[in-house]
Amino acid sequence: MEVLVSLVIAVLTACGVYLSLRGRTFPVVLGLTLLSYAVNLFLFVTGRLVIGAPPIIEAGRSVYADPLPQALVLTAIVISFGMTAFVVILALRARAELGIDHVDGKEGTQR
Amino acid sequence: MNHLVIAPLLLPLITGIALILLRGSANPLRRTLNVASTLALAVVAAALVLQASDGSVQVYRLGDWPAPFGIVLVADRLAALMVIITAVLAAAVLLHAVRGSDRDGRYFHVLFQLQLFGLNGAFLTGDLFNLFVFFEVLLIASYGLLLHGGGPLRTRAGLHFVVINLVGSTLFLFAVGALYGVLGTLNMADLARQAAAVAPDDVGVVRAAGLLLFAVFALKAALAPMHLWLPGAYGNTSLPVAAMFAIMTKVGAYAILRVYSLVFGADGGPVAGLLDPWLLPLALVTVAVGTFGLLASRRLALQAAHLVIVSAGTLLAAFGIGSDAAIAAGLYYLAHTTFAAAALFLLADIIGRARGDLHDNLVTGPVLPRTQLVGGLFLLSCITVAGIPPLSGFFGKLLILQSSVNTPWVSWVFGVLLVTSLLGIMALARSGSTLFFATDDRVATAPAPHNLDLVGVVSLVSAGIVLVVFADPVYAFARDAAMQLLQPGDYIAAVLPGAAVGAAP
Repeated sequence: MEVLVSLVIAVLTACGVYLSLRGRTFPVVLGLTLLSYAVNLFLFVTGRLVIGAPPIIEAGRSVYADPLPQALVLTAIVISFGMTAFVVILALRARAELGIDHVDGKEGTQR
Repeated sequence: MNHLVIAPLLLPLITGIALILLRGSANPLRRTLNVASTLALAVVAAALVLQASDGSVQVYRLGDWPAPFGIVLVADRLAALMVIITAVLAAAVLLHAVRGSDRDGRYFHVLFQLQLFGLNGAFLTGDLFNLFVFFEVLLIASYGLLLHGGGPLRTRAGLHFVVINLVGSTLFLFAVGALYGVLGTLNMADLARQAAAVAPDDVGVVRAAGLLLFAVFALKAALAPMHLWLPGAYGNTSLPVAAMFAIMTKVGAYAILRVYSLVFGADGGPVAGLLDPWLLPLALVTVAVGTFGLLASRRLALQAAHLVIVSAGTLLAAFGIGSDAAIAAGLYYLAHTTFAAAALFLLADIIGRARGDLHDNLVTGPVLPRTQLVGGLFLLSCITVAGIPPLSGFFGKLLILQSSVNTPWVSWVFGVLLVTSLLGIMALARSGSTLFFATDDRVATAPAPHNLDLVGVVSLVSAGIVLVVFADPVYAFARDAAMQLLQPGDYIAAVLPGAAVGAAP
C-alpha cells in the first residue's frame, strides 16, 4: 500500500507542476489544486499508514494512528480551499480586466 | 505566564475584527482606531524589547500545554527586534496612508491589521507548522492589500504574486511533512534536539526537507533566482502598500536565520551547516542582479522595488557569513533598510501625485511644488539607502564589510558590495537629477503636498537618523541577539524545561 500511496502522490504532484506551468489561468488554478491535493495526502501519510487503529488512547489497544497529521491536514485543507477560492475569483477578475485569460495578460509570442 | 508575549498578536487581531464590524461606519472612526491600535502596538513592542534585553527567553504556552505537545510563542531578542521594526514601520506607513490612499478600497484598514497579526505571529511563534499558518495569514492579507485600488496592471501583478506564493506554500507543507515524518515533532526547539540525534538512514530526508524549506524562505526573501516576482508585485501595487511590504522580504530572511541557526546550526550534528555552500553566493548574486534592475528601472517605484532586492541580498550575505559580528551587522542593516526602502516608496507616492500624469516615471517634467522640501527628503533617503556617510546605510554596510574580513569570502563580499553601492549611487543620482533638476517649462497642476502628507516619510527618515545617533545601543542589542542565536541551548532549555540540552530523548 505504501507504494500505491506514494505513486498517487507522485502522479498528483507531477500533474500539478505541469499544469501550473501552463500559460492560461484555468490550468494554472487546476494545477495548484492538484498540488494541494498531493501535499494533503503527503501530510496525511507522514503519520504512517495504520488501518483500523484509534487516534486517541483507549484501554486494551497497543496500536494507534498518529492524530497530529490529521489535524495538520485539516488546517492545510481549509487554507488551500480558501486560497483556491481566492485565486479563482482573481483569475476571473484578471479575465474581465485584461480581456484575456493568459497569465501575462497578452498572448505569448509563439502559438 | 507572561501575557506580554501574546499581546502583539491579540492587539491587531482584535482591532482587525472590530474594523470588520465597523466597515459601514465613517472613515475617520476607522482611521482613528487603526492609528491608535498601531501606536499601541509600538508601545507593546517597546515593552517586549525591554523585557528581552536582559537576555531571557520568554515562552508563552498557548492553552498551558507543555511543549512540545502544545504550541508555544517564544520572545527572545531577535523576535522582539523584528516586532518593534514592524510596529514602527506600520505606524509610519499608516500615518501616510490615512492622508487619502486608504479610501481606494473598502477593506484597507482591516487587511492592514490582519497583516500585522500575521507578521507578529510569524516572528513570535516557536512552532514550524504555526509559522506556516502565520505565513498564510500575512499572505492572505497581503493579497488583498496588493490589489488595493484595482486596475489591470495591479490585477496581473496580483495574479502572479498569488500563484507563486501558493506554490511556495505547497513546498513549505512538503518540507514540514517530511520533517514531521522523520523527526516526529514540529516544535522548533524539539526539532533542533531531534535533528542533532537523527539516525544515519534519515539524514538524507532531513537535509532534503531543510533545503526545501530554504527554497520557500528564499522565495519569500526574494533571493536570486527566486526574486523575479518582486519588481512586478511591488512596482505595481499602491505605494503605501509597497512601503508596508518592505518588511515582507525580511520575514523570509528572519525565517532563514531562525530555522538555520536553531535546527541546522553548529550544534546540529549530522545536519549542521546545511546552508553554508548556498546562502552567501546566492546572496551576492542577488545584490548584483538587483543592482542591474535598479539601473534599468524607468520608474521610481520600480527602483525602490529593486532596492528591496539589493537589500535582501546584502542582508542574507551578512547572515551567510554567519559569525556573531556578521549576524549583528545584518540585524542592524535589517532595521535600517526596512525604514529606508519604505521611505523611498512613500516618497515615490508623494512625487507621483505631485507630478500628475507623469506619475513617478523618470522623465523630465514640471518643477515640483515645494521642490526644496520634497527634494531634500529625497536626498536624505537616497543617502540612507545608498550607504553614504553619515546616515544609517553607511554604518550597516560598514559593519557587514568589517565582519567579512578574515573569512575566505572577503574579496567577493567587498567587491560585490562596493561596486554595487557605486552603481546604486549613480542610479539614484540620475533619478534625482531627472526629477528635481531637469525640469521644463510646464507648470505643475497637481496640488502641493500638505505638511501632513510628509509625516510618514519624515518619521521613516528620522528613524534612520535615530539608528545612527543611537547606533551603539542598537548595535549592542543586535550583537546580543546574534550571540543568543548562536547559542541555541538557552532557547531550547526555555521552551523544553527539564530536557537535557543536546541529548537525545
